[in-house]
Amino acid sequence: MDHQQFDILLIEDNASDAEMTIRALRKSNLANRLKHVNDGDEALDFLFSEGKYKGGGLDLNIKIILLDLKMSKVSGKEVLMRIKEDDRTRKIPVVVLTSSREDVDIKECYDLGANGYVVKPVAFDEFHKAIADIGLYWLITNEPLRV
Amino acid sequence: MTNEIEVLLVEDNVSDTEMVTRALHKSNPANPLLCVKDGSAALDFLFGEGKYHGREIKNIPKLILIDLKMPRVHGKECLMRIKQDARTKRIPTVVLSSSREYPDIEECYDLGANGYVVKPVASDLFDKAISEVGAYWLNINEPPQ
Repeated sequence: MDHQQFDILLIEDNASDAEMTIRALRKSNLANRLKHVNDGDEALDFLFSEGKYKGGGLDLNIKIILLDLKMSKVSGKEVLMRIKEDDRTRKIPVVVLTSSREDVDIKECYDLGANGYVVKPVAFDEFHKAIADIGLYWLITNEPLRV
Repeated sequence: MTNEIEVLLVEDNVSDTEMVTRALHKSNPANPLLCVKDGSAALDFLFGEGKYHGREIKNIPKLILIDLKMPRVHGKECLMRIKQDARTKRIPTVVLSSSREYPDIEECYDLGANGYVVKPVASDLFDKAISEVGAYWLNINEPPQ
């Protein structure tokens, strides 16, 4: 399978949250090179070219990984840990995007190497604005490591 | 109301300091900023040493903006010290540098920089970049405490 170049990897198992996120990014013209996966396992397969992505070639030019925490199967924290432990992927910025405002989750994610942490706003307008600002900073302002 | 420092700017160039301070003041007037001129002063502030002896170091800034090219403690060394110490390693630390060099970018991410922003040359683009930095790191990002 040919590995396109992607700017964003969205790891989100809730279909409606994923749709809202993608739509918000699309409105700011930032969703053109977005890859969405539904769970942690698929995210890791994608990043490490395994499973159904075998032979695809590592795409290390992803500018930002948006990662939900509450996922079934492989948890968000485990995915974060695997990304930040591996030399090939640990310099890719990972922003946790989650409904959890729990202190323990926030601290643990920073300890595991998350570059940023955003609590998903509940109100639609705020959610939209937050996603647009996340996109603007991480896709336009921030300098990723280009391989 | 607290007037604890929320942004620690580590920058030795006077005119860059002025530009960053002015831009952040415009986009984020409610976030108190402290500028220090070198890495050594930054570490003194963060660890409550030197002239900052007695400062309550549990009051960590929401964001550290750090230039690379500085005298005394160089930016990368300062970044490394911040990210190696349990008391400060969670603080979002963004490199703000004129360098677009691959080795600098790579080394900074390697040392644990949360982000890296290349200072635009044109002043309107500079202001825009700083306001995007403020919009994300001060308004949206959840700090570690």
